[in-house]
Amino acid sequence: MPAKKHPKIESRAQKFARALQQVFGRGFGPGFWLAVFWLVIVAFCAIFADWLPLRDPLDPVIANRLNGPLSGSLLGADGLGRDIFSRLVHGARVSVVIGLTAVSIGMIVGGASGIIAGYFRGHFERALMAVLDVILAFPWLVLLLALVAFIGQSLFAISVAIGFLWIPAYARVARANTLSVVQREYVLAAKAMGASTSRILLREVLPNVIFPLLAYGLVAMGLVIIVESALAFLGLSVEAPQPTWGGMISEGKRHLATAVHVALIPSITMFVTVLSLNFVGDRVRSRFDVKESNL
Amino acid sequence: MMMLLRKLPWLMGTLLAVSFFTFMLVGLLPGDPAVLILGAGVSPEAIAALRLEMGLDRPLLIRYLDWLGSALTGDLGRSPMTGELVMDAILERLPVTVQLGLMAIVIALVMAIPLAMVSASFAGSKLDRVISGIGFALMSVPGFMMAIFLILIFAVTLGWFPATGWIPFSVSPLDNLRNALLPALSLAMIELALYLRLLRTDLIDTLQQDYITLARAKGMPSWRILTRHALRPSSFSLLTVVGLQLGGVISGAIIVEEIFALPGVGRLLYQSILQRDLLMVQGIVLFIATAYVLVNFIVDLCYSLLDPRVRYAG
Repeated sequence: MPAKKHPKIESRAQKFARALQQVFGRGFGPGFWLAVFWLVIVAFCAIFADWLPLRDPLDPVIANRLNGPLSGSLLGADGLGRDIFSRLVHGARVSVVIGLTAVSIGMIVGGASGIIAGYFRGHFERALMAVLDVILAFPWLVLLLALVAFIGQSLFAISVAIGFLWIPAYARVARANTLSVVQREYVLAAKAMGASTSRILLREVLPNVIFPLLAYGLVAMGLVIIVESALAFLGLSVEAPQPTWGGMISEGKRHLATAVHVALIPSITMFVTVLSLNFVGDRVRSRFDVKESNL
Repeated sequence: MMMLLRKLPWLMGTLLAVSFFTFMLVGLLPGDPAVLILGAGVSPEAIAALRLEMGLDRPLLIRYLDWLGSALTGDLGRSPMTGELVMDAILERLPVTVQLGLMAIVIALVMAIPLAMVSASFAGSKLDRVISGIGFALMSVPGFMMAIFLILIFAVTLGWFPATGWIPFSVSPLDNLRNALLPALSLAMIELALYLRLLRTDLIDTLQQDYITLARAKGMPSWRILTRHALRPSSFSLLTVVGLQLGGVISGAIIVEEIFALPGVGRLLYQSILQRDLLMVQGIVLFIATAYVLVNFIVDLCYSLLDPRVRYAG
């Protein structure tokens, strides 16, 4: 007689591994892994920019001014004779740091307030939604320009300003998900067992709300990079000597007629990076959607 | 009509909050406006006198109410930097931005609707994948990058359109359009990607409805089904997105006007921020946010007027 099948009891780590496999397991296709590969390279550049054997990104070599790619250096030099490849690698740092920080700020502040609003309802929820409506009444760049003028142009300040823009979106997603989770039996069960509110929020609600938020994160990061570069293009992102992709494109604009590569190379780099983030984010999100609908 | 009455208090509240937020945002900017105007190295007495004259010594709340009161009568103050009346400065530049925005939205819609219809009716085919792929790629291109490469191709290389400058429509309609086309196109491309994506999913959904099957069964030609039966319900969500995306269009206009050196409201805002012209910034931000809220309010109303389901449910 075959043994009766017991539901497998899994540890937290095993559950997590299974979730990972469900998401990353099968059939993403080569395009997906190519995009992941590119993102890994960008992240690597951002982390190790200072230790890689590169030319000084700030050192102007007059003789190299507007040199084309493969003439002396890999990608040529910009209008001041600075090495484009080295500036790209160092610029990746700004994009990655701001991308990660801004999305984290939006996710943590927006996510937390959304969960609290969705769980407790009442006055707090109404007040929060009203505040979000007011924030959303400002076009993003208008709000961002005003914020940057207010809190300055350091790497951290820019991240906070862009992160602020993301709070409404995350708060809405978190609130909507919390509203549906709170209806579930396991939350009722936890309440009936006398679990404290903080325990219910952290152990029952949060784990079920956080995945949609995280899945949204990659696409959000792509948008953050676009927003940062727009700011840099206007000369209002991280201040001058620090190379940024948007700033490089802005400088390249002056040499469009004579040396296209100065604007073209950072543009392509940024496009490929944002495209990869969108692509990977989209795939990961659709995986989560399938899982959600199966529940 | 009932809808209007029911939503009016909400609108008033939002506008009030928007004005307060604008005032605080700009009022909290670092730097004493009086010092900014007079420049550094002026005697403290002169600064104190100007502060008194500008009313900066009064409490924040009083200043807010005062500012709001005159704003309601259309007086947003006079810029201490340029000497222009803020309201006049905005109204003078508004036609440029409005024309740019409208052209961008129209171009985006004209391109998005047929593409989405083709994409949706052949969903899953190679053609659909190419169209969706282009839309996906367009979403990864920032507006300024689009503008630069449009300049590179059509202005620098081909020389068909001027790279910068503006000629008012009243002076020469043809030259006006020639100048406006590239900026409008760079704004339109991002909108196009968003509209296309939304409309495609929406249409695919609609095309599976029973009444579409019925129309097919009675032998209606496919293009007629698409244009008469499928597009109509989707137009509501499209209208909403166009309204909501207005913020994106305005943000894009700031950058595009700066790149193409167009004398619009966006460029005025950007220049005022660079010069720390606080009163001007305050006025423009309030103007834009109010316009944005009002337009979306109207879109909301249209939605309920046009769609009987919403009208009767409400």
